[in-house]
Amino acid sequence: MVKICTANEAVKDISEGMCIMIGGFLGVGTPDGLVQALVEKGTKNLTVITNDSAFPGVGVGKLQDNKQMSTLYTSYIGGHPESGRCMEEGELKIVLTPQGTLAEQIRAGGSGLGGVLTPTGVGTVVEEGKSKIVVADKTYLLEEPLKADFALLKAYKADCHGNLIYRFSARNFNPLMAMAAKNVIVEVEEVVAAGAIEPDNVITPGIFVDLLVKGR
Amino acid sequence: MDKRVRIAKRVAKELHDGDVVNLGIGMPTLVANYLSHGVSIVLHSENGFLGIGPEPQSELADKDLVNAGGKPVTIQENGCCFDSAMSFAIIRGGHVDTTVLGALEVDEQGNLANWMVPGKRISGMGGAMDLVVGAKKIIIAMEHNNKDGTVKIVKQCSLPLTAQAEVDLIITDMAVIAVQKDGLHLIEIAEDTTLEEVVAATGAQLIFSEDNIRIF
Repeated sequence: MVKICTANEAVKDISEGMCIMIGGFLGVGTPDGLVQALVEKGTKNLTVITNDSAFPGVGVGKLQDNKQMSTLYTSYIGGHPESGRCMEEGELKIVLTPQGTLAEQIRAGGSGLGGVLTPTGVGTVVEEGKSKIVVADKTYLLEEPLKADFALLKAYKADCHGNLIYRFSARNFNPLMAMAAKNVIVEVEEVVAAGAIEPDNVITPGIFVDLLVKGR
Repeated sequence: MDKRVRIAKRVAKELHDGDVVNLGIGMPTLVANYLSHGVSIVLHSENGFLGIGPEPQSELADKDLVNAGGKPVTIQENGCCFDSAMSFAIIRGGHVDTTVLGALEVDEQGNLANWMVPGKRISGMGGAMDLVVGAKKIIIAMEHNNKDGTVKIVKQCSLPLTAQAEVDLIITDMAVIAVQKDGLHLIEIAEDTTLEEVVAATGAQLIFSEDNIRIF
């Protein structure tokens, strides 16, 4: 059985300087209750790994509004003008990474891999400072794995063992991040009985999940 | 005819029945409205599903179902959902037949710049770099020149690249240009323009034989 608690209890051990992965794509599939709890807790100096900084007042955008991040690994900040301004003025270190590369870095982090070789970014600024490896006459960049202290995720339903299913495009980075963090907290719309999700339909195995939080 | 509609209609002619296609945000999304009779394509959304359907009426919008621009969409009967690693495996693995994107600059080598302008606020590359490296055919759909008249089709890109030597076809309001090893081949011009006007509006060498140029 996975413990179910409130959002505020769930984020209590997140402290200054920690690295956190947060699921979502422009706010869809982001655990809004957990992000709100983190905003209320006010923890600063966080390193956040997430696809995008969403929009002002939406999803991960709230951590940008509240200036709680010191480093952001992401693929897109175009929805939140403040992210761009903070990057320009050096208030926030932003590591911009192609979206597919970011997904693979997280997958590698959770899969025990030393990184991945991708052709994406060869011949662009993305290759700066990275090893280039040629395999069968094609050049790839070595992209290193990413891991985190906490993952804050959103799923549609969990059973009481933490097995997860998602809805439509709200899945995005959530299943990948579930594998790549030491502590995995998942906000779900509903917790159902054991067996209510067919084993064949489980997307994220419950063994990755540490805490469940009821959200919307 | 509106320039954007003209470009979208011409791009639509490049798509074949059964193709898996990723349409970039903005004008490329119009292409889906102009498919030839009997042509049905599968639209890929990089936030994690295949089978993008039409925009829903606002009261039917589903909070978990948006396109890569964050706009509500529907999913078709043949659709399926997956996580971001799978989504980009589909892209990078060569399972997308065609992607259609806009550009800031394209050059004679098929290099593309469409993600940043030094000195201007940065948005991030999102999924663009993976799409341009991974899809089998890359079509650039854009107005021939910038609003101020400066050229977008150039000898050599001066802006930071999105990808190197990946563009296959450039479709503008004035012309259709195929990118080949030896340079840019002008294959069609719009019905209301002349060869001289196209050449004058292009900042790169165009290869053509006057007798073989078709009108669109």
